[in-house]
Amino acid sequence: MRKVAVIGVGETQFGAAQENTEVELFAEAAMDAIGESNLKAKDIQALFLGNVLGDFSEGQGMVQAFIAENIGAHNIPANKYEGACASGSMAVRDAFMWVASGFYDIVLAGGVERAATMGTALATRTFAMFSDSRYEYPSGLTFPGLFAILTHLYSAHYGIPLEKLREQLAKVSIQSYKHGSINPKAHFYGKYGGLAVDKVLGGFVVASPLTLHDCCPFSDGAAALVLASEEMAKKLTDKPVYITGIGQASSGPLVNQQDYLPRIRAREISSEQAYKMAGLTPDDIDVCELHDCFSTASLIAAESLGFFEFGTSGDAWEKGEADIGGKVAINPSGGLKAKGHPIGATGAGQVYETVKQLRGEVEPERQVEGAKTGMTDTLGGNGGTICNTILQRGW
Amino acid sequence: MEYKLTFKDFNEALKQNKLLGLKCQDCSAITVPPKMACRSCTSTNMEIVQLEGKGKIKTFTTIFVAAEGREGEAPYVVVLVELDEGPWVMGNLISIDPDEATMELIGKKVRMGHKVFPGDKYSAGEGVRPLFSFDV
Repeated sequence: MRKVAVIGVGETQFGAAQENTEVELFAEAAMDAIGESNLKAKDIQALFLGNVLGDFSEGQGMVQAFIAENIGAHNIPANKYEGACASGSMAVRDAFMWVASGFYDIVLAGGVERAATMGTALATRTFAMFSDSRYEYPSGLTFPGLFAILTHLYSAHYGIPLEKLREQLAKVSIQSYKHGSINPKAHFYGKYGGLAVDKVLGGFVVASPLTLHDCCPFSDGAAALVLASEEMAKKLTDKPVYITGIGQASSGPLVNQQDYLPRIRAREISSEQAYKMAGLTPDDIDVCELHDCFSTASLIAAESLGFFEFGTSGDAWEKGEADIGGKVAINPSGGLKAKGHPIGATGAGQVYETVKQLRGEVEPERQVEGAKTGMTDTLGGNGGTICNTILQRGW
Repeated sequence: MEYKLTFKDFNEALKQNKLLGLKCQDCSAITVPPKMACRSCTSTNMEIVQLEGKGKIKTFTTIFVAAEGREGEAPYVVVLVELDEGPWVMGNLISIDPDEATMELIGKKVRMGHKVFPGDKYSAGEGVRPLFSFDV
């Protein structure tokens, strides 16, 4: 297997409903990534795209083919990945494997979504399609509902009083808002930077006990990455970021994960694959962009990734161990909570942020000083799809 | 290979307040909702069994923001129930005011009825879910 590098990255602003089409959004991100790689679109050999709900948000299926043609990468194979909120990361993983195998030298990977354009009612309905349509949706399960269920279970399972847990969760959101408020690409750029705990706790309840501030927004946006073989990377950039570990795993309906909940078994399998491939452990990770679709999801993810003991992540956040300067800097981008969640693009956006961190190119207030090794973690649906990526500086 | 317990058959039984599962003839685990392979050992050697529909609440939420087309149902309580036979199932809970659902629900004994979700334009017809009430 060959070494594979990320040699160029691009990303649109993540944000509220806007009027650019999915093709336009991804084209902007893609051309930035291709330009940064000192390439032209005609040099791209294949496109791997995460896109989940384009058919609902703008009546567009097979968007990947239209994107390839639109940016001038005529007639290349263009594939779409759907793994709910982990779609972008699935696309990156397949792109990685095709380059690692030697089949391609230079590919484009990423994702695009107009989740905000759908509006809350349709977005809530379509996101619920990533639970079991036959055996879960009839009960009216929504995505906030799923993580609300896990919040109560987490409280009972680890014996943490709900009131205490909710305060810790509020601090998770506040940390994400703090970083997102100074990230110009973030959905909540310039907003909620100094939100108080009581404002989070007193927010509108979406699904008990989670309030609006425990939940990520529906966002529009796109992110794109150029992946290249080591040989090509050395010719094209001084700062290649190598994908040294990658993993993916799946699960069934929530109730059938009963032996592990509130742990997500698929995440433990996926992250173990990534650590093993990279020859690293959780202690080696300087910065991690993880899937904080809900505040509780951050705690569950950080534990399954091995950063903190099970049931102790809330304490870790309170002590600053999950912040810049702590044990591991989690979501210095603002995460899904504050940077936003354009679901097909989210995983690629996490890689974008991690690459920028490793290159030392983010705003000084949220730069993790000297970061050499980063990780991404993306969850689709109820844990039905989990992807993890480990990235390391190549210079 | 024949699919032993289909969604349709499972659903029709649920409408009669009968909860069906599949008992593995190799490892004895009970699989519900139905699958081709045992959730525990992946054997396909399973037989249909009827479950009691009794258990205790493991966790819950009250949903205030419902999906498109179901706004009128909110607020409502979703529960995960551990059946006496072992498997967990998802359903709704009556017996309490959804606004008053607290952690005290966890561990409460419940018994199963059912409620039909008539379906929407995306759902390929109706669905049925367990509707739990306190078992007093």
